[in-house]
Amino acid sequence: MRRFRWIVIAALFCASAGAAAAEPLVADLTSHLIAITTGFTGTNVVLFGATEGHGDVIVVVRGPERDAVVRRKSRVAGIWINTLDVAFPGTPSYYAVFSNRPLDEIAPPQLLALHQIGITNLRLRVLEKNRSPEEIAAFRAALIREQQQLGLFAEEVGKVSFLGDRLFRATIAFPANVPTGTYLVEVFLVRDQKIVSGQTTPLVVSQVGVDAEVNEFAERRALLYGVIAVAGAAMAGWLASLPFRNA
Amino acid sequence: MDIYLPIAAISLDVFVLLALGGVVGFLSGVFGVGGGFLLTPFLIFIGVPHAVAVASSANQLVGASVSGALAHWRRGHVDLQMGLVLLVGGFAGSAVGVWLFALLRRIGQIDLTISLAYTLLLGTLGALMLVESSRAWMRDRRAGSLRRKLHQHMWLHGLPFKMRFRRSKLYISALLPLGLGFSVGVLSAIMGVGGGFVMVPAMIYILGMPTAMVPGTSLFQIIFVAAGVTILQAVENGTVDIVLVLVLLIGGVLGAQIGTRFGQRLRGEQLRALLALIVLAVAAKLAFDLTATPTDLFSLSMLGG
Repeated sequence: MRRFRWIVIAALFCASAGAAAAEPLVADLTSHLIAITTGFTGTNVVLFGATEGHGDVIVVVRGPERDAVVRRKSRVAGIWINTLDVAFPGTPSYYAVFSNRPLDEIAPPQLLALHQIGITNLRLRVLEKNRSPEEIAAFRAALIREQQQLGLFAEEVGKVSFLGDRLFRATIAFPANVPTGTYLVEVFLVRDQKIVSGQTTPLVVSQVGVDAEVNEFAERRALLYGVIAVAGAAMAGWLASLPFRNA
Repeated sequence: MDIYLPIAAISLDVFVLLALGGVVGFLSGVFGVGGGFLLTPFLIFIGVPHAVAVASSANQLVGASVSGALAHWRRGHVDLQMGLVLLVGGFAGSAVGVWLFALLRRIGQIDLTISLAYTLLLGTLGALMLVESSRAWMRDRRAGSLRRKLHQHMWLHGLPFKMRFRRSKLYISALLPLGLGFSVGVLSAIMGVGGGFVMVPAMIYILGMPTAMVPGTSLFQIIFVAAGVTILQAVENGTVDIVLVLVLLIGGVLGAQIGTRFGQRLRGEQLRALLALIVLAVAAKLAFDLTATPTDLFSLSMLGG
């Protein structure tokens, strides 16, 4: 706890000192809210910014945490059954890393690991104690593979592009199945293998309009929602049979 | 054109959903089966979460069966008395089924139980129906219009509490439809379907009802079982997606009307043979999924939020 306090004080000191001179890094998003409406099919958010002096830029986007469970099937009496599972509590539901050059050229591995930059450096907690490291590694790889297939984990070099040597931009893609919640967009400026500046910007993904209302109603008045669902379906069935009545 | 589903939290193509609803509705109109046993796997296949697929299928069944049952009702093809007796058994059965479902989930492997139950049940039913209907077809071809008995009498029909079902021209023990309703109720609670694919053959072969009365009466009963399941799912799990159901229904109710008309043109044996083939195909697919080596041994599920 004490150490945390020192970090905060140090950060505040750096921030004020940085403001006194020129900001080494300024960045912002074109939008801080992704609104999911009935026609939502995924969207792009552009991150743009400027750096003071030369350096490389790394962008890390993290979605809200979820409890992930990875299951493995094996054959029992000719039938495939889920026999093993490993839980990864607090796994980011979305994770994307973008940079202007390959990560290993920009920064040393220890630094990348410290700030969890790059999918391989993602620290995933595991609940099971009695599994071998090899087994855990296989389950972890499966989790990452599945998330990448869903478009929810991404790591792309060259996605951060510089316009001149100071201005940069990056396009962050969110698929239609993007989890709702609060996202954190971290931007790092790296110079001579060291992080010289960082900035964190929140991004909210939320259902709005009719969809949000339906969702809320379904949660708060579950019984009424169920009754309406049944009545609505019955009505639709009755209406549809009317034109055919005299045929 | 994509549409975002609020409860399922994904976007899907409207036309795929409409077509899916239409095909399932058509089947339910022809055979009097709800089509849940086809709808649920298809929804899961196109990316709807498992729980949402099961619950929303039940809700869509309500609409499709109302539409189908009304079409049969206008032709006088619903045995209301039989339907009510089946329903009493059905409600008791679903209560037991929900309890059994919770028990199986505690032990684990509920998914496996569902798949195995489906495969065994559909495989056996499909094979029996196919043999019987093709035999009847052959017999008709050879013998021409030989007058046959209305139905075979079994010892089961002689149990106590006999009731007269005028519409179905039956005088059998009420325990029989009660028991049938009960077993289907248990099945539908565990497997998340209306149970028409079990109900229809059982009504023909066990109760001995005339084929013409079967689809309408079965649909009548499914309306109420599906309504019960929908409300239960909405309250217990909050997994009924109204938007998804609405789109499925638009396709489904139209399909059901066309299906009912189409079903009138087919002869009883043909109808049964066709249903047998569909049931067998689904069973074969399920058996394949259980035994074939999966492309990915691992699967991922994200909880909470």
